[in-house]
Amino acid sequence: MAWFYVKRTAFYLLVLAIIVESVFPFYYAILTSFKSGTSLFEVNYWPTMFSWDNYIAVFQNGSFPQNLLNSVIVAALTVALSLLFAVTAAYALSRVRFRGRSALLLTILSVSMFPQVAVLAGLFEVIRAFGLFNTLWGLIFSYTIFTLPFTVWVLTTFMRDLPIEIEEAAIVDGATPWVIITKVFLPLMWPALVTTGLLAFIAAWNEFLFALTFTSSNATRTVPVAIALLSGASQFEIPWGTIMAASVIVTVPLVVLVLIFQRKIISGLTAGGVKG
Amino acid sequence: MTTDSAAVAGTLSIEKPIKSELFVSRARAAMWFLVPMLVALAVVAGWPLYRTIFFSFTDAKLSAPNGLADAHWIGFKNYWSSVTLGSGKVVYTGVLADKQWWNAAWNTARFAVASVVLETVFGTIVALVLNAEFPGRGIVRAAILIPWAIPTIVSAKMWGWMLNDQFGIINDLFMRLHLIDHKIAWAATADTAMYAVLAVDVWKTTPFMALLILAGLQMVPKDIYEATAIDGVHPVKVFFRVTLPLVRPALMVAVIFRLLDALRIFDLIYVLTPNSDQTKTMSVLARQNLFEFDKFAYGSAESTLLFLLIAIVTILYIWIGRVNLGGENR
Amino acid sequence: MAELVLKDVRKSFGAVEVIKGVSLDIRSGEFMVFVGPSGCGKSTLLRLIAGLEDITSGTLSFDGQVVNSLSPSKRGIAMVFQSYALYPHMTVFDNMAFGMQLSGGGKEEIKKRVEDAAKLLQISQYLERLPKQLSGGQRQRVAIGRAIVRDPKVFLFDEPLSNLDAALRVATRLEIAKLHHSMDNVTMIYVTHDQVEAMTLADRICVLRDGLIEQVGTPLELYNNPQSLFVAGFIGSPKMNFLNGQFADAYKASTIGIRSEHIQVTDTDPMWKGQVVHSEKLGSDSYIFVDIGAPEPIIVRQNGTTSKQLGETLNLAPMTPGLVHRFDQAGKPLVH
Repeated sequence: MAWFYVKRTAFYLLVLAIIVESVFPFYYAILTSFKSGTSLFEVNYWPTMFSWDNYIAVFQNGSFPQNLLNSVIVAALTVALSLLFAVTAAYALSRVRFRGRSALLLTILSVSMFPQVAVLAGLFEVIRAFGLFNTLWGLIFSYTIFTLPFTVWVLTTFMRDLPIEIEEAAIVDGATPWVIITKVFLPLMWPALVTTGLLAFIAAWNEFLFALTFTSSNATRTVPVAIALLSGASQFEIPWGTIMAASVIVTVPLVVLVLIFQRKIISGLTAGGVKG
Repeated sequence: MTTDSAAVAGTLSIEKPIKSELFVSRARAAMWFLVPMLVALAVVAGWPLYRTIFFSFTDAKLSAPNGLADAHWIGFKNYWSSVTLGSGKVVYTGVLADKQWWNAAWNTARFAVASVVLETVFGTIVALVLNAEFPGRGIVRAAILIPWAIPTIVSAKMWGWMLNDQFGIINDLFMRLHLIDHKIAWAATADTAMYAVLAVDVWKTTPFMALLILAGLQMVPKDIYEATAIDGVHPVKVFFRVTLPLVRPALMVAVIFRLLDALRIFDLIYVLTPNSDQTKTMSVLARQNLFEFDKFAYGSAESTLLFLLIAIVTILYIWIGRVNLGGENR
Repeated sequence: MAELVLKDVRKSFGAVEVIKGVSLDIRSGEFMVFVGPSGCGKSTLLRLIAGLEDITSGTLSFDGQVVNSLSPSKRGIAMVFQSYALYPHMTVFDNMAFGMQLSGGGKEEIKKRVEDAAKLLQISQYLERLPKQLSGGQRQRVAIGRAIVRDPKVFLFDEPLSNLDAALRVATRLEIAKLHHSMDNVTMIYVTHDQVEAMTLADRICVLRDGLIEQVGTPLELYNNPQSLFVAGFIGSPKMNFLNGQFADAYKASTIGIRSEHIQVTDTDPMWKGQVVHSEKLGSDSYIFVDIGAPEPIIVRQNGTTSKQLGETLNLAPMTPGLVHRFDQAGKPLVH
């Protein structure tokens, strides 16, 4: 009997450890962001002060608000474009029988396996040739290399599961493939679209290598690059308070979004992974 | 069906089947739907990959008068070539002879193996916890999504702050627990840099592994566990003999995704431990050569080699997986 | 109304031939039922008529016009699916109106047709509801309503009653029969594996097996004059009793068949004798299983509740000699 309680306690200790370990770094970043002045140099495990100084500094930084806006625009447009291309492609890949279909699906998936650096050189040339260097469109254009395969794959999996008889009823009613997609499937698929869109948004928001390489001015940079390049007045002074504040600003909306949509996100992640 | 037999049979047999316009129009629509996406992928992935490989066989330099357009074909020189000095000594150059490259390859391999092993083990533990039904399960699930949701750069900065030698909380904690006796610059010291990187990556990616493994766990029918309970089988045995084999497919998928991601890693290394020889991976090195050292063609060669490595690992994995599957199905 | 003619229709999926040469005339305004065991190709044949599958070879004509190349919406057909296939996100009204909206019907015209169909099927009060708010039987009626609105020349039913429970099945069967009577110039083709549905609804039945037609005829024709062992055993419930060996020799045939409702217990000129091994009492009839020395016990129908006991020895004979069906070695009927 006692052994049962020991096991129980150990289990809940493990649960507690997992929760603390997952949340602590974020909690600590928030804690730090509210400190200012010399208190930054003390180590505190619990909040000691509450000052907005760091946050004000972040926004006075000059380009940070612009960087935030850039990230939002790039991520949003990338997702919109990818979904548009992916929905129609997913219909063709999941509902129309043609030769070489599974080979095509595998090829598309394999593109997401490319190391980004392998296309970096070539993309650099293409982006400069199109005059897209140091523009937001250059980023939107290059981000499709990882958002498209993923969205096509996940949406194809979801569309495959839609009942075929509903599509046949629509065919008997005289619906063309475009009508089927827009009037019959999309309304049924919007949870999948939200999930896929969210996952793609997070991936685009997070992206660093292309943003670092294809932009050169503060005004065009996105948030990850801006944070990585945050520096203080002198070469040796790292503005940790400001960095933490910037990190929190960037992360809180994401965390909130993820927590609201957790079920959908989890099902989207596993649909892409397990069913694949 | 020849016309003779048709005449004999007395029925009209059509040589060419009359195709229904439904299927013709659907096939045509499918093509129109696929083409935009395929073109996009070709332009964004296919063509750039080809160009990168092309550049690796040239002497392209960004600083040349006409930039990349001045590139000349030099064959495999970027990969491997030898120069005989006047003294008779043979010097090998090229990526494959470059100590830096092999160091980077070794770093990448070390990192990949360590992170995948750690994340699989921890991920399995977390997945097992989440698979159990207990009050507060929702909190745990929400909690583990937080590391996953945070952008890599932000994680790097957050941990960079915690690992700071002067003001970092890790040092403070370890000192208090008497685990260390002096403050360590985790990210900056050669010996510990890789540990710092691993710590952050494991923290960030274990949730992803846990979720994939959890999905596999949840596909195991509950009555199997009830049967083992009735039979009185020890839980550890249940795990290794029953659960693990059934979760294997999901595990294998999770492992290969993680492995390929780990081999390609760039962001974390670049931000947490820049310029550290102990953590520089192939991606980091390639980019350095491409854009910082004005060795565009050389960097392209390194990029191509990394691509080949990933391709080989993927193909091997599928091949081994298929071979196993074939054996099992029989 | 439409007359359908199938001429040597074949369908292959890859290397597998599923429909192996079907020729059939379906008369205008007729209620034709395709029936047969699983895998016989009846659903495939229906889908070929609908246009949801391509015909590999052979022709299908509506009123003399070959329609092989026409897409389903251009053939003038409407289909009721086994799982109703209603659009889950649309109201009942929109479900029924969808087809007409796509072909550009006027708002007034659409409204009238939908409301008329709804009145006919007594679903007018559900027009603004979503399918998930309806019961199975109501959903099936909406599916039928959707088909009616299309004003088709040919109605196609793909096992529409399979998803309903027994009581609903009987009620909906009646609805379909009434529908046919009220729209007597519309050809209806109905697929089922349930021979009771076939017998009760059909003007003519087409029995299919392995992609080929076994027999086409009215229900009573199939019941009284089955042209093969297979049809004899398929139509009629319980299954016809078949006897070989010495029992068939007595009738100079390879196999004989006699329905359980055509055997009487009598001591006058008995043909078979045996012990009762089992009985099923259904209230309205009873079925007693008698072991007469054949590999399987013979089933005999009795009115009401039988008085025969287990183990009792009985003498049996056909009610009239003509009711014994004789078959040769190939399973074809022998003429008297």
